[in-house]
Amino acid sequence: MRDFNFIEVITSLLLATRWTIVLSLIAFTGGGILGMLITMMRISKNRYLLAVSRFYIAFVQGTPLLMQLFIIFFGIPILLGFDVPAFLSASIALIAYAAAYLADIWRGSVESIPKAQWEAGTALGLSWLEQFRYVILPQAVKVSIPPTIGFAVQVIKNTSLTSIIGYVELTRQGQILNNVTFRPFAIFAMVGVIYFAICYPLSLYSKRLEAKLTFDQSPGGAKTLKSKHSKKLGVLEGH
Amino acid sequence: MGYQFQWNVIWQYWHLFLKGMVLTIQITSIATGLGLLIGMSMAGLQLLKNRIVSNIIQVYIEIIRNTPFLVQLFFVFFGLPTLGIRLEAGQAALIALTINIGAYATEIVRAGIEAISKGQIEAGRSLGLSGFQIFIYIILKPALMTVYPALTSQFILLMLNSSVISVISAQELAYQAKFLQSRTFRSFEIYFFVTLLYLLLAYLFRFTFGLISKIAFGKVPAN
Repeated sequence: MRDFNFIEVITSLLLATRWTIVLSLIAFTGGGILGMLITMMRISKNRYLLAVSRFYIAFVQGTPLLMQLFIIFFGIPILLGFDVPAFLSASIALIAYAAAYLADIWRGSVESIPKAQWEAGTALGLSWLEQFRYVILPQAVKVSIPPTIGFAVQVIKNTSLTSIIGYVELTRQGQILNNVTFRPFAIFAMVGVIYFAICYPLSLYSKRLEAKLTFDQSPGGAKTLKSKHSKKLGVLEGH
Repeated sequence: MGYQFQWNVIWQYWHLFLKGMVLTIQITSIATGLGLLIGMSMAGLQLLKNRIVSNIIQVYIEIIRNTPFLVQLFFVFFGLPTLGIRLEAGQAALIALTINIGAYATEIVRAGIEAISKGQIEAGRSLGLSGFQIFIYIILKPALMTVYPALTSQFILLMLNSSVISVISAQELAYQAKFLQSRTFRSFEIYFFVTLLYLLLAYLFRFTFGLISKIAFGKVPAN
């Protein structure tokens, strides 16, 4: 055993952080695309699409990510007949995981848009897809951004679980370094600090956006709108 | 697909799955109870408007919420023994889970407290209630009622997250799966079955939380 100095430890941790970031980006983009598909299934009027998407979301949200990782990790070789690298299993599992949660967040955002908006689209002769794309989506996106960024933090943190199936990212690198240096406090504190440095700005940003959004929709805001409205009504009554 | 599924391992070792499930329920219930206590007291302490206390609590919340549970677990399990505190895997797991859920519970309970209007507290004061009575009956109980659905979801997430403690060999459900797959090599069957068991546990927890709400608040939460 040889001693590692501080610089060596921090360098190797930062190098491993790249893989945490890469995996997070893959999970988030892939999950976003799949999640959008599932969101559309979830809000569609087709009974079968609805049932499938509901089941999918309930299954993923009702089971541990660790078990999903293992199912994919052991299931893919059965399906394909050969082993795949841990990185691939980890990516697939995290995409599937992120898609379910994002679909649930986005369904909530879509449902927060008044139904009259859909009806207005129908009145204009837009198809369902056009209504979704041009009327609902632009409004729903605004509502969905804070919780989506909040969920990005969950994804980044949860990439740590892929260390368990042997993918070497930040947490796994921390374990490896701990095994050779026997300095668990220092090593895992550094690992924690790196995660914190990535996640905290995102959390703050999400919180700030949410505060802004609730301010826009606060009772005070509604009141000013209402009073303007009643003033107008008053003018009308005056006539 | 040349793979032969063999599901009989599941019936062969059903007692191990049962043992794992019982331990998962136990450890989650204890962490839930302790976490709720932490959440209520920390959120209460923040009401004192003492800047130092509030800042310390805020730092605790942010650290826990912005680092992975797995790293927190390693920190406790590998870190504390270097300070001379000997811990079994189960104890370390319980400590880590409690610290983790405590932070989330604090954040949720505080959100509930913030939703309570000042007029309510003033009304309590004018009725001659003591500070402690006001906290329990006018602040805490309605706050818990408001955030009950969010708390429930968080506790179910905690139960699912408890599968992670199998990594340090705490012998709950996921650990039994790990143990059995190393013994029988029927990895897929075992993990698939255990995943279904977790799904069952999630529904069981949801049902139980619904019952608790009915007893405590006399109504079923909206979610």
